This record gives sequence, C-alpha cells and structure tokens, in this order.
Amino acid sequence: MSFRGFLLRDHFDTLLTALHKLGAHCVGPTVMDDSIHYTTLTSSTQLPQQVHDHQGPGHYRLSTSTESRWFAWANGAQALKPLVFVPQEILWRSERDSEGNLQFSNSKQEPPLTAVIGVRACDLAALALQDQHFLDGLEQDSAYARRRQQLILIAVNCTHPSANCFCHSSGDGPEVKQDYDLLLDELDDGFAVRSASPMGEKICQQLQLEALTNSQQDEIKHANLRAIEQQTKHLPEGNLEQALKNLQGSGRWQQIAERCLSCGNCTAVCPSCFCHSQHDEPAANSMSSAHIRQWDSCFSHGHSYIHGMVIHNETRFRYRQWLTHKFSGWFEQYGRSGCVGCGRCITWCPVGIDVTEELHALAEEYDNV
Amino acid sequence: MFDRQTPHEAIVVRRTQESDTIFSLGLRFSDDELNQQYRFQPGQFNMLYVFGIGEVPISIVSDPQSTDEVIHTIRTVGRVTRVLEKLKPGDRLGIRGPFGRGWPLASLQHRDILVVTGGLGCAPSVSIINYIMRRRQQFGRMAIIQGVKHSEDLIWRERYKEWMQLDNTQVLLAADVASHGWPWHVGLVTELLPQLDLDVSQAATMMCGPEMMMLATAKQLLEKRASAQNIWLSMERNMQCAVGLCGHCQYGPDFICKDGPVFSYADVQDRLPRRNI
Ligand SMILES: Cc1cc2nc3c(=O)[nH]c(=O)nc-3n(C[C@H](O)[C@H](O)[C@H](O)COP(=O)(O)OP(=O)(O)OC[C@H]3O[C@@H](n4cnc5c(N)ncnc54)[C@H](O)[C@@H]3O)c2cc1C
Ligand code: SF4
Ligand code: FES
Repeated sequence: MSFRGFLLRDHFDTLLTALHKLGAHCVGPTVMDDSIHYTTLTSSTQLPQQVHDHQGPGHYRLSTSTESRWFAWANGAQALKPLVFVPQEILWRSERDSEGNLQFSNSKQEPPLTAVIGVRACDLAALALQDQHFLDGLEQDSAYARRRQQLILIAVNCTHPSANCFCHSSGDGPEVKQDYDLLLDELDDGFAVRSASPMGEKICQQLQLEALTNSQQDEIKHANLRAIEQQTKHLPEGNLEQALKNLQGSGRWQQIAERCLSCGNCTAVCPSCFCHSQHDEPAANSMSSAHIRQWDSCFSHGHSYIHGMVIHNETRFRYRQWLTHKFSGWFEQYGRSGCVGCGRCITWCPVGIDVTEELHALAEEYDNV
Repeated sequence: MFDRQTPHEAIVVRRTQESDTIFSLGLRFSDDELNQQYRFQPGQFNMLYVFGIGEVPISIVSDPQSTDEVIHTIRTVGRVTRVLEKLKPGDRLGIRGPFGRGWPLASLQHRDILVVTGGLGCAPSVSIINYIMRRRQQFGRMAIIQGVKHSEDLIWRERYKEWMQLDNTQVLLAADVASHGWPWHVGLVTELLPQLDLDVSQAATMMCGPEMMMLATAKQLLEKRASAQNIWLSMERNMQCAVGLCGHCQYGPDFICKDGPVFSYADVQDRLPRRNI
C-alpha cells in the first residue's frame, strides 16, 4: 500500500479521537508490572515512554532510556489472541426447571468495536492462523467470529526486534505487509501512515496528515532492513514437517524433558495455540449451569486424559506434541507452520528453553540419519 | 443442519441394563422437528450432557434408519457416566451431534466383512454388526471376533449365540482370563485369525478397542495380504468440543472428532505403533 501521509507525534491523539468518534474502544500497549501489556488507551501519554525491552531465553526486562519513540521495543507477553480467543468465556447456559426440563441458550452479545494500536507483523500473522482455525474449519466458532468482526487493526512496523525474534526467518515479519486497517512507521517526529481497508480510509479522513518526504521514505526502508539484520535467531532450513514426523522416537525429547517444567507458559503466550477445555459451573441453587471454555495447554495433565490413562503421561510426550504440532501438524491442518517467529515461548519459558535451538538439534539429527 | 455446538434437550425413552456396568439409553429430542432433521451414520458419535456436570462423547449404536430413538450403549466409568447410569425413562439430558466420520458401510456392499473388537461392549463395533444384521443380504460373509479381558465381561452372550447359528456368519470369542465353563477361546483375539473362514485379503475389516490389539491384528492381516486401505479402525482421545476446535483429540495432524473417529489403517499406520501420541 502507498503512504497516505505523515502524522505528527503531537497530533497522535487525533487518531484516538477519530477512533472514538467511530465508536471504537481503543486498546494499546502500556507499561504495567514491569512489562508491556495491552490495555484501554485514552491518551498517547499511556504509551511506553522512553522504554526499551531486553529479551533472552527465560528473560524479560524493561529499561528506561532517552528514547523519544513509543514503539522502540519488540513485544510483550500478549498478542491479539486474548482479544478474540479470550482466556475464559461462557459458551452456553442450561436452565433446569422444577420438573427437570432443560433449556439451553447461548449469548449472542455484540462485543464492542475495538481498535488495537501497535499490532506487529507477527501478531497479524498469528491472527490469520487463528482465523483459519476458528473461522474456516468444519464449524465456525461464533464467539471468536463476533469479536473478530469488531477489530480495527492499527499496525506498527517493528524497528527494535528483540534477541528472541525470528519472524524474518519464519516469513512473517518484521515488515507488515497485509491484513491491517492502518499501518504506522514511527520516525522521530511522528508516524508515516498507510491504509489498507475502507475502515483505514475512514480513519485517515479524520487525521491531519502532512506530505511524506522522500528522505522520510528512505528512512523507513532503512529501518526495515535494519530490523531484519538485527534478528539473530532463525529456524533450521529444510523440511521440518517431515523431519519431525520421522523423529518421534528421538532421544532429544527426553533431554528437553529434563529441563522442561511442563508449565504450559509457552502455549499460553503462543499467539497461535488454540487449545481449550470446557467445564460446567452450576449455580448454587442448581437451577442453572454455565458451560465455560478456558484456555488449555497440551502440557496439562488433563489435555490427553481418557478414562484410566493420560496419553501424554510424561513431559517428553507433551513437549513432543507441542513442537510436532506447531512445526509439522500445522502444515497438514492449515497449510503452513504454526509458528510466526515472535519468540514469546523463548522469553517466557521459566527455564529458557529455546525452540529454535531445539529445532536445530532435531534437524541436525534428521540430516544425520 | 442444526446447531451442533449447543446441546438440545432430549428425553430418555428407554433404558436397558446390559451388564453390571453397561447400560443402554434410547433418546429422543424433545423438539420433534429435531427428530425429523437428525441423521447419522454408524460409527458417528454424540456428545451427551448431564446438567451441571459435563459432556462425554458416546457412539451411536442404533440403526440410521430407525428414527424413533437414538440408542447409546454406555459403560459407567467416571463423573459423567455415573450420572447417565442413574437416568430413567422420562428424564432429560442434553445432546448434540452427530460428529465425525463413521464406518464406510455404504461403500462395502457385497463385500465380506470382518469385525474385530476388544474390550467391554465396544460400542462402535456394535453399530456395524447391527447395521449389517438388518441388511444381511446386502453383504457377503461376515465374521466377528470379540475379545474380552475376563469371560464375565462378555455382554450379549445370547445375541452372539444366535449369530453363530446364522448362515454365512462366523462368531469367534476370546477371553484373556476365563472362568469355568467358558466354551470359547482363552487368549488373544489375534490367535483366532487363523480360524477365519473368509479370505481376509478380500474382506473389509473394521476394528475398535485397545490400540495395541488393533495394531497386532492389522499387522497379521497385512501378512495375509490384506491391504491397509481395506482395514478401518475407530480411535479415541479426550474430546471437549467435537467440532475440531478445542485441540484435545489431536492424533498427529488429525482431529479424531472430525477426521475420524474411523480411520483407514493406511492413514494412521505411521503413528499407531507409537504409544503416547
Ligand atoms: C469417539 C468416542 C466414542 C465413544 N463411545 C463410547 C460409547 O459408545 N460408550 C462408552 O461407554 N464410552 C464411549 N467412549 C468413551 C467415553 O467417552 C468415556 O468413557 C467417558 O468420556 C468417560 O467420562 P466420565 O466423565 O464418566 O469419566 P471420567 O474418567 O471421570 O472422565 C472425565 C472427563 O474426561 C474425559 N474422558 C474420559 N475418558 C474419555 C475417553 N475414553 N474418551 C474421551 N474423553 C474421555 C471426558 O471429557 C470426561 O468428561 C467414547 C469415546 C470417544 C472419544
Ligand atoms: S496441541 Fe499444544 S501446541 Fe498444539 S495448539 Fe494445542 S496447546 Fe498449542
Ligand atoms: S474434540 Fe475438540 S478438536 Fe476434536
């Protein structure tokens, strides 16, 4: 998409005003509890000011700097996932009357129009994966569909990938290419703006945009190239889909299991993981019951429970399920890998297991057999 | 097609105790329009919901053409099945379905059929036997091999005895452990394969039960020149949603709830030998 113009930093709040005028609830990144979270945004002063992030295996720290930019960091623990596939929600309710008759109902509540500011390339790629899973399968997930419809996506190109980012290698970033409404490139004094949808156009019309200079455009190109160069991690070359199918009996799984705590942090922060479980919560008077779905993880005991046994009864089988699903099973299920290179599973793993390192070790084993 | 993600109210119209721990429930939707719309294939399953407790996947054993009730044969094992066991005619529960891909029976007309099942009242195989018995002339020879752990676990002993009398039908029973007076084989179901009087290389084989039993049987059949495409088996994993969304039933790249539960052996032979997948 071509540039629509340049939004001065001092005018950034006009973007929020424009979104509010459209009836949207704005969500964006803010610093909370020493990390960056998406939260309701009413003013640009809530955006991370003078903040850099430092990530490594099992490591996340924010530091203050003289940085004038607001998006000079890579990512926090959350992606878009909690906004569309929420951690817990009621799927349906049942009511029982005194004669034992049952009535079932589900909520058809319209979620509010929600504009997310600061969406990264990996987030959009993961959203496209979740769309495939929740919307394009055998049956649509109506709760997901309702929220998804109400999203306005205001993306930002990454200029400061973290040491755990490998989206260039996965083919998903760092540059945002599609599936956004507005796209911002941050420069010192403001933001270059692109639009890729009727909604994006509508918003642009409300903004005071200046003309973009050639040197600004050059600066943006360079920033993109620098962001690619800064990425140090990458996925192994070759056919991981086949390699992992063949390596189900590898001794590597046990080696990983000796470090892995089976805590499920990796699946909770993974922007594409979709597993969930369901349970009932009956009301105290036992006349009604809520059927609830909740995020689950293939690292949990219950995930593979069938009566009398747990199929993935050891950590090595759980890690194998996770890695094999993400980097092999997804191809058959959704035509590509389930990994978008955001590096969250490396950062938020309490023992710092690095998925790229494990894949390199497995790929090497595959090449040698 | 109606909503398969929210249960619909159903009424227990019939309850049969099959053994100490196995019972059957005949169900009808309270809304008669749903009874008209509801269609299924043998080998498919429903999610049965007990108010305030939860849902369980249960196969359908009744005939796809009998629309007056949908029958489920259930073994009491835990939280939900213990409550299902207590239901009486007239009681209400929730039901959604049918789910998955069933047995390829429609494409097996005039073929010889081998059914191999292990374990207690293996419901998915019951649906096949019931289906074929009602359309006996549309199929060739039929052999049933049923294995149980303990001879006391065998349900429908009388029915098996009746089937043994039928033309073109062979029934072979095995118990790992047998009490006094068990007239049939003591040992594994695979040991009965040599006694089959049908040509397994031409027959269509359908199996359900423990994975290692199905694997051992399939391997022997392949040795006897059966083709992997002619062997089908029904798989089980934890199921929460039944529509390919919750991820629990994944088996390699397949979702058992929608890609199965019935698979051809050719589709799963790479995974079946490995437990814990
Ligand atoms: C496709 C399919 C068809 C089935 N058909 C039948 C049938 O016709 N008759 C029958 O008796 N049983 C059948 N089962 C097994 C039956 O679903 C379990 O015995 C039942 O879920 C146990 O639930 P529970 O709450 O009583 O036991 P608990 O052990 O208390 O289980 C608690 C929960 O674990 C899960 N769970 C436990 N065991 C299984 C299992 N084997 N498969 C899937 N989820 C499980 C369920 O979510 C269940 O609610 C089938 C399973 C599958 C997957
Ligand atoms: S099986 Fe594991 S890796 Fe796959 S989506 Fe579920 S939680 Fe994620
Ligand atoms: S039971 Fe949920 S995906 Fe199969």
